[in-house]
Amino acid sequence: MAVPLSYVARNLWTRRLTTALTAGGLALVVFVFATVLMLDAGLKQTLVSTGEYDNVVAIRKGSETEIQSGVTRLQAAVIETHPAVALGADGKPLVSKELIVLISLRKIGAQKPSNVIIRGTSATGFELRPQVKLAAGRLFAPGSAEIIAGGAIARGFEGTRIGEKLHFAGRDWQVVGSFDAGASGFDSEIWGDVETLLQAFRRTAFSSVAFRLASSERFDGLRADIDGDPRLTNEVKRERLFYSDQSRALSTFITVLGLTLTTVFSIGAMLGAMITMYAAVANRVTEIGTLRALGFRRAAVLGAFLAEAMLLGLGGGLAGLACASLMQFASFSTTNFQTFADLAFRFALTPAIVAKTIAFALAMGLVGGFLPAVRAARLEIVDALRAS
Amino acid sequence: MFVLKLVYKNAFRHRLRTLLTLAGLAIAVLAFGLLRTVVDAWYAGAAAASGTRLITRNAISLATFLPLHYESRMRGVEGVTRVVRSNWFGGIYQEPKNFFPQFAVSDNYFELYPEFIVPPAELGAWMRDRKGCIVGRSLAEQYGFKVGDVLPIRGTIYPGTWEFVVRGIFDGADSTKITRQMVFHWDYLNETLRKSAPRRADAVGLFIVGIDNIDNAAAVATGIDGLFSNSLAETLTETEQAFQLGFVAMSDQIVAAIRIVSYVVILIILAVMANTMAMSARERTAEYATLKALGYGPLFLALLIVGESLFICALGGALGVAATVPTALAFKKMVSIFPVFAVSRDTLWAQAACAGAVALAAAIVPATRAARVRIVEGLRAIG
Repeated sequence: MAVPLSYVARNLWTRRLTTALTAGGLALVVFVFATVLMLDAGLKQTLVSTGEYDNVVAIRKGSETEIQSGVTRLQAAVIETHPAVALGADGKPLVSKELIVLISLRKIGAQKPSNVIIRGTSATGFELRPQVKLAAGRLFAPGSAEIIAGGAIARGFEGTRIGEKLHFAGRDWQVVGSFDAGASGFDSEIWGDVETLLQAFRRTAFSSVAFRLASSERFDGLRADIDGDPRLTNEVKRERLFYSDQSRALSTFITVLGLTLTTVFSIGAMLGAMITMYAAVANRVTEIGTLRALGFRRAAVLGAFLAEAMLLGLGGGLAGLACASLMQFASFSTTNFQTFADLAFRFALTPAIVAKTIAFALAMGLVGGFLPAVRAARLEIVDALRAS
Repeated sequence: MFVLKLVYKNAFRHRLRTLLTLAGLAIAVLAFGLLRTVVDAWYAGAAAASGTRLITRNAISLATFLPLHYESRMRGVEGVTRVVRSNWFGGIYQEPKNFFPQFAVSDNYFELYPEFIVPPAELGAWMRDRKGCIVGRSLAEQYGFKVGDVLPIRGTIYPGTWEFVVRGIFDGADSTKITRQMVFHWDYLNETLRKSAPRRADAVGLFIVGIDNIDNAAAVATGIDGLFSNSLAETLTETEQAFQLGFVAMSDQIVAAIRIVSYVVILIILAVMANTMAMSARERTAEYATLKALGYGPLFLALLIVGESLFICALGGALGVAATVPTALAFKKMVSIFPVFAVSRDTLWAQAACAGAVALAAAIVPATRAARVRIVEGLRAIG
């Protein structure tokens, strides 16, 4: 027969201060653990939702990112006419030849500038990315020095709201609109007309070519054709893979740093739980003897103390998770090491993270409570009852 | 003396509990120190910067180039002693995770960086070999590069696989200098580009400018930027330190997060320590009442508890501080993302201060409780 759970819970309640301190220590560790997972999940969501599965990006072979890449007009034209490229309603290929340039902009309240991506694109660029929607103002007019800013840029950077002007590449650029790209990487970009931007930056080559596949399964054939064409020094990737590859270094960095920290911290918190549980056992030797004399077996006593430790862990876990869930209202922005540009993303709380976090908290309680519970279970009835 | 003896005996009455607390303290203090060192490592580039060097780059951003002909005009600015070209190469050695910085620099690079020491014979050999490169000591040790080795590096910004011959290895003047990098001839890069992609040739990533007097920095910077204002490629000139701090600022939220987390670990250990002290004090309520009955004042009891807390924290803190330097060295060997990873004296002091603060904070509640305990009630209390 098992020891009733109410007995276990009341023991924690009697020693409120100790319980609160131990659970508080566990909660802090759980908070760090959950926040790191949420940050990584947010980053992945952002870069995965940046790409459409049936969109393809062509860049120069060997250049890992758009910013390092260059695609000449000739190459862009060859790619554009490939039969695997989908046609739009007007019969023209769904292709956007794009220019990507980094410019330095100052974050609101920051001393030093950060790099922001300017993407030269066209109306087709919007058609290819249905998640990008105009939120306010209007689109840039082709051939004009007008730009529109993504949501994260308009909120976080100086001079990027509608009606304001940015000065770069020798002229003023009027901000005429802002767009909402959901939680995608495009939200951290400024868009303008590609031909005007090419002129302004004195470039002759595009950075990348993005297009829609006529049908999903034609990707492999397209890749073989592009690899085999002697005029092309390009490689193609599915857009979704292309953007998630770009977050790999940052994602690994966040995960490794975060998990190393939580491992170290959890040792501290588990020691705390162990101290509490050892004290709980030492204070209740007579009680344990009584329980055994009443007929509860060693396994039941072991179970009761393990349950107490796990309850402690659960309390800490829930408190930590509650604090971490508040982080969903915050957003995080930092320079992506691979693209060298600022990227804003959110802390995303997924059901998987909730499950992992609670499991982690229970495990900390279990590990911390195991040795004390074994000590309790091994007490001899007679000795325990005699103890004062 | 009596107090000290009592404190010592009390501290080790529950040996297991004290040992567990000590272990927790040591780990937390160690983690705090390492986190501070990580933050310091972030600033390593700025800390190693010299006040007599300025960086001139395209005002648009670092990813946009400057024309080569700017160099001769910059040399004419009052106060400028040397101008060095530098292009970020951004190549991949074998696979992307083997990241290290490669710069294409003009031949006068080492004149401007006296803190990088190259044996004269090796410098001469590098000058004579157009495809030669010089690698830093810590980079050479990490990958086992020796003079005469050929390094194939796959370009990302500049297409193709480039081969460089190691002609020398440079050392840092002291341990704060970053020697995890490689430099090669700017001319090799430029001449290759002239053949393969002539439109991209004669473009310089940034100019490093040597100045004669540290006080002239602002005047020289304004002078250079004035030369090219309203041109197609306007420049932005700042001190090397400001330039490096710009990089740190780009990831300032990560740095801020690490800082916050380094205080979280102190809170965690505070919770553990406060718990230990609270439990010990509660179990001894009857003893404190007895001491009071014998005539000891409340201050004495408070002192007893604070002393015990300080004693345990001092021991745990000392263990943590002692372990910091060896752990940092081991960490540096294992993970090579930080070019400089050295524990500063300030960090050691901060660790000691944290241990002390935890000791005092953990003792406050139990000490006031013990000081206020009434003799009759205290004697009745059961542990």
